[in-house]
Amino acid sequence: MIAYLVRRVAGMFILLFLISVAVFFLFNLLPGDPARLTCGKACTPVVVEQNRKRLGYDKPPVEQYLIFVKGIFFGRVFSESSPVPVVCNAPCLGYSYTRHQQVLSLIQKAAPVTFFLAIGAFLLWIFAGLSLGIVAALNRGRWVDRLIMGISLIGYSLPSFFIGLVLLFFVVIKWQFLPYPNYISPFENPVQFFQTMLLPWIVLATLNAAFYMRLTRNQVLEVFGDDYVRTARAKGLPERTVVVKHALRAGLTPIVTAAGLDLAYLLGGAIISENIFSLPGLGALAVNSVVQSDLPLITGITLLTATIIIFANLIVDLLYAVVDPRVRIT
Amino acid sequence: MIEERVMPTSASVERPFLTVSNLSVSFPTEDGLVRAVDGVSLSLERGKTLAIVGESGSGKSVTAQAIMGLVNRKAAKVSGEIWLDGKELVGLPQDEVQELMGSELAMIFQDPMSSLHPFYRIGDQIVEAIRAHRKIPTAKARQEVLEMLRRVGIPAVERRIDAYPHQLSGGMRQRVMIAMALINSPQLLIADEPTTALDVTVQAQILDLISTLQGEFGTTVILITHDLGIVADVADQVAVMYGGRIVEQAPTGVLYDLPEMPYTLGLLSSVPRMDRELLERMQPIRGNPPSPINLPKGCVFQPRCNYWERVPNGACLDVRPELLESDPEHLVRCHLTVEERQQISRDVKQVLAGAPQ
Repeated sequence: MIAYLVRRVAGMFILLFLISVAVFFLFNLLPGDPARLTCGKACTPVVVEQNRKRLGYDKPPVEQYLIFVKGIFFGRVFSESSPVPVVCNAPCLGYSYTRHQQVLSLIQKAAPVTFFLAIGAFLLWIFAGLSLGIVAALNRGRWVDRLIMGISLIGYSLPSFFIGLVLLFFVVIKWQFLPYPNYISPFENPVQFFQTMLLPWIVLATLNAAFYMRLTRNQVLEVFGDDYVRTARAKGLPERTVVVKHALRAGLTPIVTAAGLDLAYLLGGAIISENIFSLPGLGALAVNSVVQSDLPLITGITLLTATIIIFANLIVDLLYAVVDPRVRIT
Repeated sequence: MIEERVMPTSASVERPFLTVSNLSVSFPTEDGLVRAVDGVSLSLERGKTLAIVGESGSGKSVTAQAIMGLVNRKAAKVSGEIWLDGKELVGLPQDEVQELMGSELAMIFQDPMSSLHPFYRIGDQIVEAIRAHRKIPTAKARQEVLEMLRRVGIPAVERRIDAYPHQLSGGMRQRVMIAMALINSPQLLIADEPTTALDVTVQAQILDLISTLQGEFGTTVILITHDLGIVADVADQVAVMYGGRIVEQAPTGVLYDLPEMPYTLGLLSSVPRMDRELLERMQPIRGNPPSPINLPKGCVFQPRCNYWERVPNGACLDVRPELLESDPEHLVRCHLTVEERQQISRDVKQVLAGAPQ
């Protein structure tokens, strides 16, 4: 168990190292001079050169990378020679020269928005996907099943920007059931928070819920044909116990654990939903950083997203070993 | 032993412990109605063993599942009567069937790996079987489980009771299944190919175990198998099924001595024997079992039968033979005359025994 963890964590660090190298050098190869972007149109070549030196862009890429990595572990100081140096404590992900803020603090501001968005959508889609999928499986071939599978097909076919815009137009603008989305922390104003998040949750959950309905239905139907479900029935257990304790326990375990990976993917930011509903989350931040060629910010967000997904992978694998005794961690 | 006609259903009539009369199970499918079991009648005295023998698709497993109450009534149509100890099972509401399953009736399945739930410890699975019918404390149930696991020959039970199925060998898992089936002292035990998925060396042990426990518990046993080789030592009665029907039924000794239905002859000739040359010792039945949707109009076995041309007027092609007595205890479904059948049987035996032709 401990050997396994050590091996997995070591593997994670190697993977993260490779990703950071790839991200860092890819962005350095991109056209566009990062130093030129540090000041506006009225910039003189002299100022550009000054900024280049100040931000360390004059150094060779390998050295820049090493400084970047050093910053993650030990912190670093930007504009050391200037009268107002910027101290960036570990883990320092860099400094956004377009926003004049540290990348980490930008991410820290955006992450909770995305976190609440992802968790809410996750709960919604797991609940809707599993329950409707189970109901469909238990009523296979009947109209309930067809209805649910029809809903699933529609949800699957509609792109999220379409659902998002339609909901926004009718629910908020035309019928005015909800105020215009304006994000606020749930700890400050829970009502406004829920009013803002409801539609994004629905939009984000729809696609996954549609997918999980289908997955759950198929999985449950498959498990119902399994021998151990027949054994449970032959023991004379009530049908509810047969379904819940024997069939669903075995059938849903792989779905729920795998859902962890989908959640991790969402935690990296939901670009379309965040933009439609003007949520200041990681997805919106990522889009803006790309539009503004904010290389330090792009690097930071990419690394963070990769880290989340790699971690989620490990957690899902561990979780699997906990819920399925056949899976052994060695 | 056998009743071909539907029995009167008044309770005053003395019936054998288990009586199945005119049992039919059919599944509507997109390709047509599948008559998996068609008019099966049989009866069995308390404490005896009946072997139901047949190829895949002969309806033997569905017959067993229908008796057990495991046939999905939404998907299948079940008709006929099953009387167990004075109680009719086919017409019973689902909750009463559920009450009988696992207490009065128990079943052992073919594949012990997939028949045990992979996520639960074996002890807990057996405890669950106890507590489904008897509301006793878990600790007490666990004591019973330990005792039963010991009786089915599992070593180091204190440790094994908390094992997961995948930690046990195939033979051990089947012992666990037997323990689970017998834990509530059922009156009728249905063993559906209990040794098919096991190593040959373990097969005999498991059959021995079933026989031994049957004696101790006084259980009536229905053994479903395709292997006539294992039937001789275990069963009192043998029913041979083909195409959803019983084609021959007799006490085990009679059936082995003088099988009359050409299909039974074929099955017996298909049993490999170590003491004969390869070509001589096996006479496989040619062709394949019929599709349950498109059964032949006449005798269901006719397309594979070597002797149908001996019957005058091609009756085998047009007329379904009845299951008739050729001897008070021996029922055969065949158009050949008793004398013809017995002659064929003796001839085949001689060939198999290696006598000059």
